[in-house]
Amino acid sequence: MRTCLVVDDSRVIRKVARRILEDIGYEIAEAADGMEALAWCRAAMPDAVLLDWNMPVMNGIEFLRRLREEPGGDSPVVVFCTVENDMAHIREALDAGADEYIMKPFDGDIIAAKLAEAGL
Amino acid sequence: MRAEEIALVAVLCRSRAGLKVAADKTYLIESRLQPVARREGFDSIPKLLSEVRERRAERLIWAVVEAMCSSESSFFRDRTPFKQFEGEMLPQLAKLRGGGPVRVWSAACATGQEVYSLAMLAEEMSATEGSPRIELAASDLSRLALERAQTGLYNQFEVQRGLPIRRLAQHFEKDGDNWRLSEAVRQRVRWRRINLIAGLRQVGRFDVVFCRYVLGHMTEEAQRKVLEDLTFIVPDDGYLVLGLHEAAGLVTPAFQPIVGRPGLFRRNPAFVAAAA
Repeated sequence: MRTCLVVDDSRVIRKVARRILEDIGYEIAEAADGMEALAWCRAAMPDAVLLDWNMPVMNGIEFLRRLREEPGGDSPVVVFCTVENDMAHIREALDAGADEYIMKPFDGDIIAAKLAEAGL
Repeated sequence: MRAEEIALVAVLCRSRAGLKVAADKTYLIESRLQPVARREGFDSIPKLLSEVRERRAERLIWAVVEAMCSSESSFFRDRTPFKQFEGEMLPQLAKLRGGGPVRVWSAACATGQEVYSLAMLAEEMSATEGSPRIELAASDLSRLALERAQTGLYNQFEVQRGLPIRRLAQHFEKDGDNWRLSEAVRQRVRWRRINLIAGLRQVGRFDVVFCRYVLGHMTEEAQRKVLEDLTFIVPDDGYLVLGLHEAAGLVTPAFQPIVGRPGLFRRNPAFVAAAA
């Protein structure tokens, strides 16, 4: 089964995302910030990461840059999922190695479509 | 809505556009006609329809029919037809046309996502030297849908349905809360208002016709007429693209499904359309 790490400081968002992703066949791990997410990835690299931008301790873009430098860190499909919806953020995310980008609010169709765009 | 009001809408849609209206879908009918009533200055749908019944004004009749026709659309819907267009149909047709343009028509384009998906592909290919020339046309029955399509303006929800983020970044700009498609991509499309059941023989030749998720909303008689008229448009080596697994293509032998290519059809060489 494919694994997806859901990284968001909101417990509500993590829960919503978990339900959507479980429905389309993913096994879910959760992290509340970038630092926790990085620890998860070092222990077991997921197939996909659904990633919030603004979080305490370590934000999403910082996490992504660090992840891509880890051994095996270029393999997970990383999909941003954030309220940031301007072109500057989108370009920054793509430059840092994001595969796809979801602008909140999202629904199940958008998540499934974006993971498919990213090749999963 | 009362039964006779629904019946009136159904008769108008069938006679003017070949559209089937299911009498039990009151909610759908009301949600489509509410904005028409408001726009035209009636305080309710029954008042709008009684005006239609009494005065039979063409403009108002079409406003009702066009509102019932409008349908959902999304960028790169179903994905495969676009891959097949880019990887198979286009290279093959470009070779056959020997430098002449490959002409593509998005019939019943609604708010334009399908034709703009093709236009983005064309724009991306145009960066490569020797890439095929593509001419894109789009039509719809609904004037409102066409007006919206031509603005190239989509909301955040619409640009996240089927559009990869790299293409959003490449071809769109933020415009307030919405996203606007670049001028370069928009200018690739020619727009026309076409009623598919009004006779298509004067429309001209198109090598590929996308007519997806349209015929299924039509009466069987209308489906047959549209498909048979399309034999005057699509050449023997051209393609008709219907929705994936759309059964509408089978109401007439005019076109034959291509085995292993769901939604793709070719002219049936043995089929001869009846005289006009």
